[in-house]
Amino acid sequence: MSHDEKSGEERLVYMANQIAMFFASQPENEQVDGIADHINKFWEPRMRRHLFEIIERGGDGLSPMVLEAAASIRRPQAA
Amino acid sequence: MCFVNEIDYGTPAVKSDKTVTLTIDGRSVTVPEGTSIMRAAREAGIAVPKLCANDMVKAFGSCRLCLVEIEGRGGTPASCTTPAADGITVSTQTERLGAIRRGVMELYMSDHPADCPACAQGDCEMAAMAEAVGLAQNRYGQEGANHLAPAPAGAHEVNFKELDISNPYFAYDPAKCIVCSLCVRACEEQQGTFALTVEGRGFESRITAGMDEPFLQSECVSCGACVQACPTGALQEKSVIEMGMPDHSTVTTCAYCGVGCSFKAEMKGEEVVRMVPYKDGKANRGHSCVKGRFAYGYATHKDRILNPMIRQRISDPWREVTWEEAYSHVASEFRRIQHQYGRGAVGGITSSRCTNEETYLVQKLVRQGFGNNNVDTCARVCHSPTGYGLKTTFGTSAGTQDFDSVEQSDVVLVIGANPTDGHPVFASRLKKRLRQGAKLIVIDPRRIDLVRTPHVEASYHLPLRPGTNVAVLTALAHVIVSEGLFDEAFVRERCDWDEFQDWASFVLQPENSPEAVEKASGVPADLIRGAARLYATGGNGAIYYGLGVTEHSQGSTTVMAIANLAMATGNIGRPGVGVNPLRGQNNVQGSCDMGSFPHEMPGYRHISEDATRAIYESLWGVKLDDEPGLRIPNMLDAAVEGSFKALYIQGEDILQSDPNTRHVAAGLEAMECVVVHDLFLNETANYAHVFLPGSTFLEKDGTFTNAERRINRVRKVMEPKNGYADWEVTQKLAQALGKDWTYTHPSEIMDEIAATTPSFAGVTYALLEQEGSVQWPCNEKAPRGTPVMHMGGFVRGKGKFVRTAYVATDEKVGPRFPLLLTTGRILSQYNVGAQTRRTENVVWHEEDLLEIHPFDAENRGIRDRDWVKLKSRAGETSLRATITERVAPGVVYTTFHHPETQANVVTTEYSDWATNCPEYKVTAVEVSPSNGPTGWQEDYEALSQRSRRIGHVEAAE
Repeated sequence: MSHDEKSGEERLVYMANQIAMFFASQPENEQVDGIADHINKFWEPRMRRHLFEIIERGGDGLSPMVLEAAASIRRPQAA
Repeated sequence: MCFVNEIDYGTPAVKSDKTVTLTIDGRSVTVPEGTSIMRAAREAGIAVPKLCANDMVKAFGSCRLCLVEIEGRGGTPASCTTPAADGITVSTQTERLGAIRRGVMELYMSDHPADCPACAQGDCEMAAMAEAVGLAQNRYGQEGANHLAPAPAGAHEVNFKELDISNPYFAYDPAKCIVCSLCVRACEEQQGTFALTVEGRGFESRITAGMDEPFLQSECVSCGACVQACPTGALQEKSVIEMGMPDHSTVTTCAYCGVGCSFKAEMKGEEVVRMVPYKDGKANRGHSCVKGRFAYGYATHKDRILNPMIRQRISDPWREVTWEEAYSHVASEFRRIQHQYGRGAVGGITSSRCTNEETYLVQKLVRQGFGNNNVDTCARVCHSPTGYGLKTTFGTSAGTQDFDSVEQSDVVLVIGANPTDGHPVFASRLKKRLRQGAKLIVIDPRRIDLVRTPHVEASYHLPLRPGTNVAVLTALAHVIVSEGLFDEAFVRERCDWDEFQDWASFVLQPENSPEAVEKASGVPADLIRGAARLYATGGNGAIYYGLGVTEHSQGSTTVMAIANLAMATGNIGRPGVGVNPLRGQNNVQGSCDMGSFPHEMPGYRHISEDATRAIYESLWGVKLDDEPGLRIPNMLDAAVEGSFKALYIQGEDILQSDPNTRHVAAGLEAMECVVVHDLFLNETANYAHVFLPGSTFLEKDGTFTNAERRINRVRKVMEPKNGYADWEVTQKLAQALGKDWTYTHPSEIMDEIAATTPSFAGVTYALLEQEGSVQWPCNEKAPRGTPVMHMGGFVRGKGKFVRTAYVATDEKVGPRFPLLLTTGRILSQYNVGAQTRRTENVVWHEEDLLEIHPFDAENRGIRDRDWVKLKSRAGETSLRATITERVAPGVVYTTFHHPETQANVVTTEYSDWATNCPEYKVTAVEVSPSNGPTGWQEDYEALSQRSRRIGHVEAAE
């Protein structure tokens, strides 16, 4: 019925890109670390696991800065 | 059982560096210069007879009872209006004064009802004062001209006025009124509404509301200040008329908004007779609003559920059970679900309406009992961006000032807040300062009352398009930097100079100029320039903000933009300035302080800090998870996905208060055990499997922390109608889950908080008893608390400037949805209305209305009070329209106090980038005429009816 409702994964991509959008305006040396740090601090393991799944499938829809930050995002332990 | 008696000093306290010493009735007394003789006498222990004076409003000198004699001066001046002077000798009682007072009282009593029931109750000072001055006779009788009875048939009626019982909470009986004008002054000086006046002259003068209207039809906001001030029975609470005078009282804290007013709960047995604002309350200083003063009836409303209930499926009727059965059911379900789906499949939500102690226990239950960090709180949907933004820039997640601070402000900037409706008692204190000459800037899409209200007019109102806060605030910074209006000395000393320079060059970019921002925001550039100059150069500049700042996709960025402005202009770290979030609920501040967020332990310490976890691990005897847990929206996502199955919700109605109602409903429906712990079968309870009855603030001990970080005591004045305070219920649940909790009183919980949280280290109930209240941080460095933060430097060390680039929300208007909807609150109602809708406050606001500009209404063929359909990309609902120019063309506005409206059916799932705080304040919508409620509203109503059925209990075997 509601047309623009996003799936869980789409929402996750959207949120990650929103974070990247904020840090994109920050001083250049803080951008990528800022994204990784933010996700490490506030995203629980399940969300980070999904994020890595999306990245491993090619990172469709994710901003390049999120992909770059992925190296510094903590990988959650296996569930 | 005792009665809290407050001394009335007769006239307000005066601040002065100079003192004067005088002699009153042989006693020497020293007072600040400018103090009245009446007040000086009271401080020396002498109560001068009076009727028309109290220490909340300026003296007026009309009753002529407080006359005194001063050696060497002629006549008998009124002690209330005569200042104390050095070296004078005053007599308050002589034969001459006694004769005058008796003469005055005799005249008063000749026009006072002989059988005044208020006098008999002790709620009218007339009889008491007549006795005090020794009046033994009345030579005039009551036959002459009077105000007591209607004139005989045919005679010209000028003096008599009918009893006015239009207000649901108090009555006005003009026959008992002595026209002392205390009520008029209270309405003006304390409340700032100017609803009352003295009409007519001489013997014909009468107190009237509005244009001689019934109180309810006038501008009166029912704050109760006049009732409190009235020395006779003319203005009296209906509850006192019905129940008689209270016989004992206890000081406690209001459970409505984040102002956190102190009240005396005046009782008769276990019944509240009235709530009277407490003068020593440091948040409210003796003032109140209609909610705290009068709207406590929900506490005894018949809708309260008093017995625990469970059901297998949410389509079943409820079945009443014993507490033991409820606890063991919840424990076994949570154990089963964790066993079946994993430790992370359960969680809890703490309440901003409950006490600090209760909130602390819920997060402890989750962390220690459930073994995860899946705890969140309703602050998620209101002030989580405040937490993020102020922590990043200043180093701590809280407002910087106390409310007294506003008395020293010269320029006040209000953005995204509507204090006269949302935080009325603070608004009254603010208006008082504005009437004294402080300047006001309002940044708000709507022309809120504060923009123009009696004797207050904003110097600037910036009516921005919803969603453009960051653009406008950064443009203000652009003006401040480009015109060199920043405080370089402050920035160099307190902040990181390099970060400032980086920020300064950012705000100077052309896209941040007022002219560029005008296009997106709709605010004329010259208004932005004028407002920036005033804030930067007008003296002490204070910023107050509300959810119009936080509930946006750039909520956290906006908070940081506010912090940048305050730092750049040096408006931090002393009284009169600062950054002040106005908190929505009574204990939003406290619930955040108590570790309700999934990434933080109490005191805002991140869960990944080993040292912090170690403190709790050794005390609680468990290993704590070092990973952040699920936030409310994540819980719902995970539930839909199938990995989150059980939730314990204390005192929050997420179905009604969270965005995108359908998504919330789908999440809750997917869970196997939803436990709602609340006063009423709220909307969320439609999806619950277990209902645990909650208790009200009148039924428990504890503390609330208000928007000033002030920890106020909540004191139990009656036994919980449901049997148990909320903290006891959480404790029983923990015990059912095998935890050895043994708290016997909330003070022991506070002791645990203090022992584990550095900013609370010094807080004890004994200290609160002694000080009345304290503001955290309260520890070795600040043993009596901290009224103003960041005094010598920022908590984080150097203040941090953060670039705040404007990113337009993805919620955009277009041909299908051409209008922007924003939401807010109204004075008489509170939040989702669960409490206020169950009081007489409904006479002021029966339903939510959609405010729409005449231009937009006419284009759509909508007339005032028509039913309209409000449709967004997320959903649609119906409500009635009201046509007003308070909203700009292109903007519509509504409140969300009534469940039938379901305003959150239309709000979207967009949220703040940093905290997921929902973007309530911007939704693209279309409005069209309609015939009545939508299908969803009707279906939902039917579902509510169905899911609230309570089955009859079968006879016990």
